Amino acid sequence: MDNSLYNYILGISDNTLILGQRLSELCGHGPNLETDIACTNIALDLLGQTRSYYQYVAKLSEGQSTEDDIAFLRTEREYKNILLVEQPNTNFGYVIIRQFFYDVFHLLLLRELQNSKDETLAAIAKKGIKEVSYHQRFSSDWVKRLGDGTKTSHNKIQEAVDDLWKFTDELFYLTEDDKSAVISGIGVDVSLLKSSYYQIVEEVLQEATLTIPELKWFRKGGKEGIHSEHMGYLLSDLQYMQRTYPNMKW
Amino acid sequence: MKIELEQHIAPQLISVLEKIHDPEIPVLSIMDMGVVRFAQIVDGIVQVKITPTYSGCPAMDVVGDDIVKEFKKQDIEANVSLVLSPAWTTDWITPKGRKALEAYGIAAPLEEILDKEALLENKKIVKCPQCTSTNTKMISQFGSTACKALFKCENCLEPFDYFKCLK
Ligand SMILES: [Zn+2]
Repeated sequence: MDNSLYNYILGISDNTLILGQRLSELCGHGPNLETDIACTNIALDLLGQTRSYYQYVAKLSEGQSTEDDIAFLRTEREYKNILLVEQPNTNFGYVIIRQFFYDVFHLLLLRELQNSKDETLAAIAKKGIKEVSYHQRFSSDWVKRLGDGTKTSHNKIQEAVDDLWKFTDELFYLTEDDKSAVISGIGVDVSLLKSSYYQIVEEVLQEATLTIPELKWFRKGGKEGIHSEHMGYLLSDLQYMQRTYPNMKW
Repeated sequence: MKIELEQHIAPQLISVLEKIHDPEIPVLSIMDMGVVRFAQIVDGIVQVKITPTYSGCPAMDVVGDDIVKEFKKQDIEANVSLVLSPAWTTDWITPKGRKALEAYGIAAPLEEILDKEALLENKKIVKCPQCTSTNTKMISQFGSTACKALFKCENCLEPFDYFKCLK
């Protein structure tokens, strides 16, 4: 089994799994019906993409793991998602900013990944682009509505920007496995997406009358398996059924 | 970009495949939906390849099971697999399928440019499937499923789903 490719794909798909899990926590708890439905639909898209990646990864493992093992039976240190996506649904402002910060990156990533030498990854990316374009449209719209809305909505979403900005730099960090995937023409060099990313993000924030905090220090660690405290709680929810009833099936 | 794609479907299998419907849009057969990309008999086993409309579409597992069951009724073994490439587009919905959508109360997808105008610029061009008025308004970009947006008709005041263009 090619461990490096295996890890590279998990580096992408753990983000969609964990963000999908966070969004699905909103099912029945959204601020109103439309946003509730939107967030859970986006969760469904992300979990669908995750399944495609995990099914492929399971195939690469040559029978050593299944799609469900990969999703439910790893320990916290084995998840490779970035810190941003595991941050909690503090309020709707946080949900939207976390989504927006990820969507912009996600779309740029998939647009490159569709040219991957790996046919399966290219196909998953092509399919995902269509879906993620809608996600970005949704989150950008809400960033503008809340930022340029009332004083309360502005302050709340500005707080989310101030708080979550420190997690954006990790998007462009490459692990050793990422680097070897780039060299073999399979992976995307995410460090090259940085300038386009900040250009798009800054444009939308500006239109939303929001300001970008000046930070010298950014947080990272998730890609290497070092997560924030929130991750353990998230996983205990996510893994509950498989841990309590091992090997249970629907 | 137009993707020319040959659907390799053996003619004798069509009548069985047409019996299977999308569980979320029961008026639409999977053939009219354009999700069947391949169906052939190989060594006595029917091999079917379907493609999801959206990655997370929960209907796909059900459709796969239904195909196997429907062939089993005729004592034929079927095997269903999922293909992702080329990605499904709303262009693959047949004219018959579009009519069935409208009759069911779901507005059929517009062309890509018009779709953007309707969803992004709030242009009044989506036709209400109840009264055919175009005096309609988007309420939510996402409807009851990811593939639809929620609209409201300001003529007859009924809400309805619009099947978003996917290309
Ligand atoms: Zn009407």
